[in-house]
Amino acid sequence: MQLENMYQEIILDHYKNPHGRGLREPFEAEVHHVNPTCGDEVTLRLHLEGDTIADVSYEGMGCSISQASVSAMYDLVLGKTVPQALEAGEHFMTLMQAKGDPSVAEKLEDELEDAVAFAGVSKYPARIKCALMSWMALKDASARAWGGPA
Amino acid sequence: MTQTVSRPSESSGVARNAPLPLDVEAIRADFPILTRTVRDGKRLVYLDSGATSQKPRQVLDAERWFYENVNAAPHRGAHQLAEEATGAYEAARATIGGFIGAPEQEIVFTRNTTEAINLVAYALSNAATAKEPEFRTYAVGQGDEIVVTEMEHHANLVPWQQLCERTGATLRWLGLTDDGRLELSNLDTVINERTKLVAITQQSNILGTINPLGDIVARAHEVGALVLVDGAQSVPHQPVDVTELGADFLVFSGHKMLGPTGVGVLWGKYDVLDKLPPFLTGGSMIEVVRMEGSTFAAPPQRFEAGVPMSAQVIGLAAAVEYLQALGMDAVEAHEKALTGYALEKLAEIPGVTVIGPPDTVARGGAVSFTVEDIHPHDVGQVLDDHGIAVRVGHHCAWPVVRRYGVPATTRATFYVHTGYDDIDALADGIRAAQKFFGTV
Ligand SMILES: Cc1ncc(COP(=O)(O)O)c(C=O)c1O
Repeated sequence: MQLENMYQEIILDHYKNPHGRGLREPFEAEVHHVNPTCGDEVTLRLHLEGDTIADVSYEGMGCSISQASVSAMYDLVLGKTVPQALEAGEHFMTLMQAKGDPSVAEKLEDELEDAVAFAGVSKYPARIKCALMSWMALKDASARAWGGPA
Repeated sequence: MTQTVSRPSESSGVARNAPLPLDVEAIRADFPILTRTVRDGKRLVYLDSGATSQKPRQVLDAERWFYENVNAAPHRGAHQLAEEATGAYEAARATIGGFIGAPEQEIVFTRNTTEAINLVAYALSNAATAKEPEFRTYAVGQGDEIVVTEMEHHANLVPWQQLCERTGATLRWLGLTDDGRLELSNLDTVINERTKLVAITQQSNILGTINPLGDIVARAHEVGALVLVDGAQSVPHQPVDVTELGADFLVFSGHKMLGPTGVGVLWGKYDVLDKLPPFLTGGSMIEVVRMEGSTFAAPPQRFEAGVPMSAQVIGLAAAVEYLQALGMDAVEAHEKALTGYALEKLAEIPGVTVIGPPDTVARGGAVSFTVEDIHPHDVGQVLDDHGIAVRVGHHCAWPVVRRYGVPATTRATFYVHTGYDDIDALADGIRAAQKFFGTV
């Protein structure tokens, strides 16, 4: 069975008990992203204090990978500055392009925390978009909130 | 939010393991791809023919024969190869026409169903500005209406939305009932004197529903509207005869009926085709070309601009001959037996809900379902791990999943090489997914 490689315990835990779920006030930017091939959706709000991420709140529907990914992202970026969060997003992108190469995951363990568990997803091209959707939404929200009312 | 909770009924009427109409083992031997394994040595259980079918060796051989023996551009050049290529291409047109009971001059080759539908949609808007009066016969404009249904594949919806946007016409549609059928109670108001064209699928690619086209065609013709039937999921799976159908257009894709990718068919009544302006223009579709302007060839050449997909057309003719040898009645009966068996098998699994008609009455072999508390992507992933290929998502029919209040479904589709063992594997795979995600 290859399945356990992709569906790590950590992923299933985030899926069953998502962290930070729900839409909250206040926020400076709200974005809605969909994956047009499967219909998965996420609505994400970003609240900044200065350039620090004070809250990321979200609602969405989708598969275990997309739902767990947004939960792990919430843990990772809360309290980080926007540039730090975007850098984490770049690391996550690198992980998704690793085609399952374990050395890439090893190198990124400290930077990505729980999100490194998604390494197995990179072996399944059709699922990479699921894992990336929330990160794309965060990037988009950051661009909108940046320079907006702080 | 309306949910269709049509549990497969006990009375699907198929005795378990009654012999199937087709000899599955013999047919499988014709499909080279079925001998490969997937995901670490597992037998390939291909339940995604609705997306695209696999190809028997006979089809692959026909394409190879064309390239190795007669390859040349049909209808261009006077050399022997060009003559033979033209002969093979036109003979294939006659074979494919014969498959749906149509004369060869009514068969237009397109890239696929999508392009065939776009061809008609663009011809109808081009008609408004055509300089030749007879090409304006079917012009669509402000005040006109186009009718579709809520169960259409995006290919038979978006082109009509776009036609309406280009021309100022209005799009109307027939809705769906809770058990996955067309809502026909308002047929006479939805299709009315303003209707210019009704575009409707014969078999839904997501619900499996087979639509009662007779009543709809009759009503459309009563008000003088054209009818386009999307046969992408019917022509591969049941006998279809254009005379019985009574429609004006029928469209389908070669790749869903054992044929190659890159070739589809638009059938149109000759008198209707003859009054349509072209969609794509260029070489091979002209009559006379001068710098000041051009005139166009008669159908079907008017709609086949450029060097055509010749080898693919030859391959599609081989696919048609393969299906004819099996007999389309037998193909239909085979899939009906499998569908009944699948509906029964799924009914035995707690938490599985079929989206679509619950029994095999007026129903084809597209079986969509949800598994309680497991997203279709995750169901599909576990099935894939077992070597089972299904489709997950909205199946290019987003309004349908929205109508039934689910984000997506898992869909199994059957074909001539599908056997009971494939459906048993599917049922086992679903149970494995439930075990893996701890929902049972
Ligand atoms: C009912 C229906 N119509 C249209 C299409 C479009 O076919 P194609 O993608 O071959 O153009 C499909 C399949 O994708 C279909 O199932």
